Amino acid sequence: MAVLAHAEAGEIAARLRNLALPAHQDLREPESGLVMLRGRVGGDGAPFNLGEATVSRAAVRLASGEVGFGYTLGRDGEKARLIALCDALAQSQDFGASVERDVIAPLREQLVAERKRAAAETAATKVDFYTMVRGEG
Amino acid sequence: MYVAVKGGERAIENAHRLLAHARRGDQGVAEISLDQISEQLGLAVDRVMSEGSLYDRELAALAIKQARGDLIEAIFLVRAFRATLPRFGTSEPVNTGAMRVQRRVSATFKDIPGGQILGPTFDYTHRLLDPSLAEGFVPEVPATAEASTAPTPRVTDILGRDGLIESSPQAEDGASVGDLTREPLNFPADRDLRLQNLARGDEGFLLAMGYSTQRGYGRNHPFVGEIRFGEVEVEFFAEDVGFAVPLGSIELTECQMVNQFKGSATEAPCFTRGYGLAFGQSERKTMSMALVDRALRARELGEEALAPAQDEEFVMSHSDNVQATGFVEHLKLPHYVDFQSELGLLRKLRQEFSKAFAETSAPDAMKEAAE
Repeated sequence: MAVLAHAEAGEIAARLRNLALPAHQDLREPESGLVMLRGRVGGDGAPFNLGEATVSRAAVRLASGEVGFGYTLGRDGEKARLIALCDALAQSQDFGASVERDVIAPLREQLVAERKRAAAETAATKVDFYTMVRGEG
Repeated sequence: MYVAVKGGERAIENAHRLLAHARRGDQGVAEISLDQISEQLGLAVDRVMSEGSLYDRELAALAIKQARGDLIEAIFLVRAFRATLPRFGTSEPVNTGAMRVQRRVSATFKDIPGGQILGPTFDYTHRLLDPSLAEGFVPEVPATAEASTAPTPRVTDILGRDGLIESSPQAEDGASVGDLTREPLNFPADRDLRLQNLARGDEGFLLAMGYSTQRGYGRNHPFVGEIRFGEVEVEFFAEDVGFAVPLGSIELTECQMVNQFKGSATEAPCFTRGYGLAFGQSERKTMSMALVDRALRARELGEEALAPAQDEEFVMSHSDNVQATGFVEHLKLPHYVDFQSELGLLRKLRQEFSKAFAETSAPDAMKEAAE
């Protein structure tokens, strides 16, 4: 589900349109709220409260009974609902494979490509130290 | 003293209408979009998120637009907004060691595993205004290089392996994490509360406080062990799901300050640490925060605490720019009754003064006349 949290709602919706979706209903209407984000003292010590982030959540139930949950940073409730739907579909016998193949896998590929591009641009700013010849002797 | 005054409604309404007009500026100039603010004034957005204490780029951009670029006003708007939303809970602590690093430099070691990565930085620019940015600037495509898959451990972890630096304090079992948005501040405050306060504290205030330690007011001999900026994953333990769910990633800047030694008869001397962490790319903020965090540890480390930056009550009570601006700016609101009573008192004092003055100088006048 990490892949979906990184995607845009529109991208998930577009991928889902390729699936013949089963009947489903909102178990929890999308809602927005806050999550307090925590860091650690020194990066690896005791936790402390850094500041909050907006988060949206939703839950969806398929007619066949599977329940999916959707959580994401931001105030896009529709995105949370789409993630919940994918989560429910991923658990279903009939749709598990196709939601992975047609929705999650292509979005993962896109995310990996984007990260690779960013990593390559970052890598070009890495310092290559060289030592000048010392004037000894 | 405050007093209800009537009669300003129409003037206030019209003033706000005029404000909306002034905010928009010349309507012959294209309106700025939230995307433009978020993409092209990204560091302003980062600052509003940090000090507004709310990670949401779009909201921060809206606040900046509404505040006409007044960042403290924007921070105020964001703080007010956050009070309208329910809190779902708290995240798992983020792991900055696993950051997808976009910038990472150390001033203490040249050769650090993973290397010195400059990333997008103002460092080493000449600080000359660039006229080419005035219009139609198209930047060059960024250079690329093969990215290393080697991990980028924290520099403090490397020093820590040899025991040369103190380790981070660990939480005691079952210890709760202080939250100053929920409980009023009490002193002495533990480090978790201090770091929360500094993380949302005013950058300018922290910069001045940090600078004061460098100038000798609570000197602690700092070195930048490491600054890193990049993306970290956020996870949230969702009770309805029963496990930690991924929420996506956020950008953070972390500063590890390495400071002068401590030691005792039973403990070998080692470097001490100050820590800074903030939303977005906020290097000046996290460096200042780390300096002040270290200064505030004076008592814990058995140092004399005489300087302002070492006084947690002073620092924590004045770091919040929303509180500070509220109290300073309230002075411009009507204080007519307050002022009337002061005026009455002053008139009385002056009367008493004139009377006393007349009495003391009268005999002299008579004496002079007799001569």
